[in-house]
Amino acid sequence: MDIQIRSEGTVKVVTITGTIDGATAPVAQTQINAQGGPGAKVVLDMGGVDFMSSAGLRMLLAAYRIIGGQGGRVVLARLPEELRDTMELTGFLNFFQTFDSVAAGIAELG
Amino acid sequence: MTTSVTDPAPDFGRMDTYPTHDYQGFKLRAGKPIPFGATLVPGGVNFSIYSSHAESCTLVLFEKGAHQPLVEIPFPAAFRIGNVWCMIVFGLDYENTEYGYRMTGPFDVQAGHWFNPDKILMDPYAKAIAGRDVWGAKPDWNDIYHHRARLVYDDFDWDEDRPLEIPMADLVVYEMHVRSFTSHPNAKVKYPGTFAGIREKIPYLKELGVNCVELMPIYEFDEFEGSFVDPETGKQMVRNYWGYSTVGFFAPKAGFAATGKIGMQVDELKALIKELHRHGIEVMLDVVFNHTAEGNENGPYISFRGLDNRTYYMLTPEGYYFNFSGTGNTLNCNNPIVRNMVLDCLRYWASEYHIDGFRFDLASILGRDPWGAPLPNPPLLETLAFDPILAKCKLIAEAWDAGGLYQVGSFPAYGRWAEWNGKFRDDVRKFLKGEAGLTGGMAQRITGSPDLYTGRGPSASINFITAHDGFTLADLVSYNEKHNEANGEGNRDGANDNESWNCGVEGPTDDPAINALRRRQIKNAAVMLLTSQGVPMLLMGDEVARTQNGNNNTYCHDNELNWFDWSQIESNADLFRFWQQMIAFRRAHPALRQRHHLSGQDHVGSGYPDISWHGTQAWQADWSGWSRLVAFMLCGKNAATVTGEPDDYLYVAFNSHWDGHELGLPLLPDGRRWHVAVNTGMPAPDDVFAPGAEPVLENQILFFAGPRSAVVLVGR
Repeated sequence: MDIQIRSEGTVKVVTITGTIDGATAPVAQTQINAQGGPGAKVVLDMGGVDFMSSAGLRMLLAAYRIIGGQGGRVVLARLPEELRDTMELTGFLNFFQTFDSVAAGIAELG
Repeated sequence: MTTSVTDPAPDFGRMDTYPTHDYQGFKLRAGKPIPFGATLVPGGVNFSIYSSHAESCTLVLFEKGAHQPLVEIPFPAAFRIGNVWCMIVFGLDYENTEYGYRMTGPFDVQAGHWFNPDKILMDPYAKAIAGRDVWGAKPDWNDIYHHRARLVYDDFDWDEDRPLEIPMADLVVYEMHVRSFTSHPNAKVKYPGTFAGIREKIPYLKELGVNCVELMPIYEFDEFEGSFVDPETGKQMVRNYWGYSTVGFFAPKAGFAATGKIGMQVDELKALIKELHRHGIEVMLDVVFNHTAEGNENGPYISFRGLDNRTYYMLTPEGYYFNFSGTGNTLNCNNPIVRNMVLDCLRYWASEYHIDGFRFDLASILGRDPWGAPLPNPPLLETLAFDPILAKCKLIAEAWDAGGLYQVGSFPAYGRWAEWNGKFRDDVRKFLKGEAGLTGGMAQRITGSPDLYTGRGPSASINFITAHDGFTLADLVSYNEKHNEANGEGNRDGANDNESWNCGVEGPTDDPAINALRRRQIKNAAVMLLTSQGVPMLLMGDEVARTQNGNNNTYCHDNELNWFDWSQIESNADLFRFWQQMIAFRRAHPALRQRHHLSGQDHVGSGYPDISWHGTQAWQADWSGWSRLVAFMLCGKNAATVTGEPDDYLYVAFNSHWDGHELGLPLLPDGRRWHVAVNTGMPAPDDVFAPGAEPVLENQILFFAGPRSAVVLVGR
């Protein structure tokens, strides 16, 4: 797994590539939560994620709860279809707004 | 949604997050005996397992799917409290760990002990079980550990959801099988035969109008139990399709989840339940606590047999398995340890899965003592009835067992238990086919069986005409005899006393008169079910005339014999509409959903009794042995006293005679007039009218009920 973080105006774009499972989820968790804070705006670019295990999905929900709890917002961009299905079937998708492109996610938050 | 959640602070105050022992590089600490099972704790996993007769215990850990164990950790002597071995293992990757146990102890069949340290045993409290992750995927028969306990976080985000607590009297139950509901290609769902598939079909359930789904077994089972290779195709055949043979009571069937292959069946099932609740539909589970998948003396070691055989099973004095379930063994439900396990299990499903109710398969077994004798005051049934966590859960008994105990009307109820009313099924079937001498029995069934449930009220009666055992409704009016050849048991299996009638020809026919009669009989049955006091339950697909080709015991078929054919919604659109309107009618009329038994008295001074009986002449019921006509009127004003809602006057007539009859209608008060809601003697769409759209009758004095027809009138 690799994580790149950049700023687009007031929005933080977190680009995740590779596999998020029990081994990598804690690393991702730390880096994503670090983007939180009052009024934080975070787009998670999921286009390069090839697999997310149960721990990965829990990491996403934790980010939503933690950053949301600080008054920030987290949205998802470019969810691969299989991952979207998994998230929908297991209830995790309910918590997220999703966008087809990073730009659309930024536009929503910005 | 906002919360005050922040990063959890490191807890320097607790010392139990640090290991005290080391075994081959695995860090350990003495565990907590409670809760039983495997629990994720800070930094590790707490494993807790009990056995009354084992001498030692070893934890066996696997990497996910591995053939050989990763490590086997004997529980240090200091880690046993009483008969419970408990240990925390630190640093496990919870997603990639599978675990089991080895137990040592006596092997002495006559004494009931089957300990065998060569066997790896599944935790009875396993919350997820791998090994049959994808439905029908051929198992590795050489695996040393078939049903593999896995670790689960109980952390589902339910938002505002909780069990719906719909009053029992207001339920309309739909009995269904997870795989059968959406496996047919006509279902056109993305993930056929799964929890996800059901979720995609929630709009259909809403359209039909049911507000409770009763799922046939969803606890982990082995569809390959008893499987065989088809000599013609060479294919390994699924045998245990229905799933009435539990492997693990705390784990959902992985093969029923589209995400089972990535171990997310727990989340998928919870997401389905949350979504059903959001649409006002309760979820009831059909639970099988009467036996396990371990079979008799020749069955496999899965869990209980090797953990503590003598505790978990009812045994004869010679050490053999009692067979009150008809499936090889009998769970020893009134042993205090087993009783607690059942309680733990139901509490888990009620609290972690938000399950609304449970239907107990062969529940009379739950009232037998460890030697098989029926108990007058069975502690398990009493415990469940009074448990605070289960307090709002529906508890429904299949009040008989395969050992000859039949308790319909006498199941120990403690003011809580309802029953599948087998007497309703039998009387309504006989009356429907035109048998004489049933009018008295029908009067009881229509009023919620006060002959069986005095003091318990009509909601103690789950009314059904068909269920998974037996004919579908379409087959009930198309076959005189069972046709179970496809089961491969020479047509010997399945019930013989079906009280069915084929309407003139056995099986499918082109005869339009017979087909018209069959459709009418289906509608008559719908009216009987939905205008009776008590809780109606219909069988999946009966609303569109699902057939099993006359097979009344389709437990083993993963094919069109069981699958819901969704094209029938179009081909039998008139029947679907009829059921839909009948359910809507029931929901529109509290008079049909009374909380107490009707008495024949006038409680409000309306001048009309709460229920009155009629015949070809108003107020003159014919209870003679040759009568095939039952007609009754419900007083809407009296209905208001029990439900708090005023209602219309309702008149219902069932003419099971092969001739039509002119019926004298009771006069209505207050200038009300009779309107026709249902007349199965009329072709669709004039057979049923939506609530509020019923046409007024021109003749308010007489109504002609056609041969074998049902009539419902609304007085408003």
